[in-house]
Amino acid sequence: MGKKITIEPVTRVEGHGKVTILLDNDNKVTRSRFHIVEFRGFERFVQGRPYWEAPVLVQRLCGICPVSHHLAAAKATDVIVGLGSSGLSPTAEKMRRLMHYGQIFQSHVLHFFHLVSPDLLFGIDGDPAVRNIIGVALKHKDLAVRGVVMRKFGQEIIRATAGKKIHGTGAIPGGINKNLSIEERDFFLDGKAIPSIDAMIGWALDTVNFFKQFHKEHRRFIDEYAAFPSNHLSLVAKDGALDLYHGVLRAVDTDGKRILDDVDYREYLDYIGEEVRSWSYMKFPYLKSLGKKKGWYRVGPLARLNTCDYIPSPLAQKEFEEYKAYTNGKPDNMSMHMHWARLIETLHSAEMIKMLLNDPDLQGTKLVKQGKKVPEGVGLIEAPRGTLLHHFRINENDQITMCNLIVSTTNNNEPMNRAVNWVAVNTISGKPEVTEGLLNGVEVAIRAYDPCLSCATHAIGKMPLEVSIIDADESVVSRGWKNIDGQ
Amino acid sequence: MNTAITFTIDGTTCTAETGMYVIGAAQKNGIYIPSLCNMDGVAPRGSCRVCTVRINGKLMAACTTPVSEGMKIENDTEELRDLRSQIIETLFVEGNHFCPSCEKSGNCELQALAYRFKIMVPRYPYRFPVREIDASNPKLIKDHNRCILCKRCVRAIKTKDGKNLFAFKNRGHKLAIIIDPSLASSITDELAERASKVCPVGALIKKETGFAQPIGSRTYDRSPIGSTVELAATSPNAKETAL
Repeated sequence: MGKKITIEPVTRVEGHGKVTILLDNDNKVTRSRFHIVEFRGFERFVQGRPYWEAPVLVQRLCGICPVSHHLAAAKATDVIVGLGSSGLSPTAEKMRRLMHYGQIFQSHVLHFFHLVSPDLLFGIDGDPAVRNIIGVALKHKDLAVRGVVMRKFGQEIIRATAGKKIHGTGAIPGGINKNLSIEERDFFLDGKAIPSIDAMIGWALDTVNFFKQFHKEHRRFIDEYAAFPSNHLSLVAKDGALDLYHGVLRAVDTDGKRILDDVDYREYLDYIGEEVRSWSYMKFPYLKSLGKKKGWYRVGPLARLNTCDYIPSPLAQKEFEEYKAYTNGKPDNMSMHMHWARLIETLHSAEMIKMLLNDPDLQGTKLVKQGKKVPEGVGLIEAPRGTLLHHFRINENDQITMCNLIVSTTNNNEPMNRAVNWVAVNTISGKPEVTEGLLNGVEVAIRAYDPCLSCATHAIGKMPLEVSIIDADESVVSRGWKNIDGQ
Repeated sequence: MNTAITFTIDGTTCTAETGMYVIGAAQKNGIYIPSLCNMDGVAPRGSCRVCTVRINGKLMAACTTPVSEGMKIENDTEELRDLRSQIIETLFVEGNHFCPSCEKSGNCELQALAYRFKIMVPRYPYRFPVREIDASNPKLIKDHNRCILCKRCVRAIKTKDGKNLFAFKNRGHKLAIIIDPSLASSITDELAERASKVCPVGALIKKETGFAQPIGSRTYDRSPIGSTVELAATSPNAKETAL
């Protein structure tokens, strides 16, 4: 009789998910899946609400990167109030960018220091009692303190731009509700109350170097673990620069050939489809031109550094050149390199924050613009975890009638399942005993994607449900299920 | 002609002029009596009962009771704090009040009172009523989920020729605010702005202006409800600015 291994909950990720791995009598893996067990429902209960509530309401689906949802929804409502996708005043756009780079900085730092560093410092199969952030704090105090202070810096940027560190209200349709006062600016520059932005840039660079050293010492693990070829999708600036706030869609295949280029994200429905499968609340997006089987893609730091041509900040660009040289300029398909890419982005975010803080446009007073209202808007942003899309339609009374969210982690659904399968087949299959360390290996592969599972579940009404009853021998006694049509 | 009178609130001797209501007389003496339906410059209604005080041993609404010589008023007692808290909790459970996405948050008197009374969770079960959002007016949204039926809009908002813009319709649990259909098309931006300010909660919302006021500058970000009245008692230069 076969065996079923369940990892539930998957730890050190945002939200709740589980992994199931089915083994045959010889302990060979026959199937593995990464399930999302939460339900979101925001697409439904935002209906009927006025469109200007969307940026504040929808961000509540997450407490880790609400700014991303706040800004994606705000960008969609910019379109609704007649500004197109890029008609903001310089002050509004730069304030939003500052908010966003603060968000990227704190989220990436949280992921690396709090969630990932225990695996690197103590090993995948290290003692689980110390393989956590408390263990890091006890054994590597300076590193842990840096992680906490860097995250605080990013959160303070968010507070200064959005009004609150979590779930603020800064971005409004057509602009922003505040500028940055000189006092607020100097708080980040003078290093008196908190370490300055220069310190953050230095620490971010140190962290990239820390990872590069780890890579040198663990080359095989970092290069091979859960690696597989894939397509990659992200926003890039019109000129091909890395741009996390605004631009056009670009997708490349595993060899670097452009599948999509210069695509206006407001036309995403022509290019991206979403498949529903019966065993997960999370959809499976794909590029329509390649179809469901071959059109899946990765998003996030790895994808972004694969699609962009350069990084528009000097220190991060230097690191980018070294990073690209490692794969001879070809797309990087090594999953653990996601950490490397994420840390280069962390450095870039710090550099961008410094540039923006020194920009006098942030003290401008033209905060909001308005044009001729249209009934539909799409907003897209590169959230810390990848491409995030919000789409709203409104009626003649300004009430939302339709909402579609394609969340970063949803875009990475198929890749995460592939990563789980890679680990299952390569490290668990055939082993006489499945240890805790081996199971943590599955989580390490998922963790590389920094998934946010609470954000990533899909809409009500299309909810497939599977119930399995498993006996003491772990065999399935009976199973009931309903498909997406409720049958 | 008004004459000076003396009375006590929680044992403190206060002075006022005849003709004042208890709530206003208390405020003049630097004592805050919480309320929701009462509003300066608008005839009192006594509908929310949040301002309930004990006057000479009897429970009465401070907003509709004229102050008189020798009154013994109890205000800040455990019994009255609990009674007021119960009323506020009832208002929360009988509507659908979702502060996180409400644009009135920070300026909402109901929310501000919940903070003042340290209400973490209501003692009564939520009713989750099905209420409609009427967004058909081009200037103003009526969100019945948030309406506490204080009637402030009915009493305070008039057209230029003195007509009521708002009225009650139905009775009992179906009671709701309506806009006079014959006047709905005459609502201007100014009138919509005034209505949204008069409303103590987020039931009347001027369209397309939500969240324009940044966090930190909203009324109760600056000072908790009632604090400016209480501050006035210790600082003669302080002025009451909050509603």
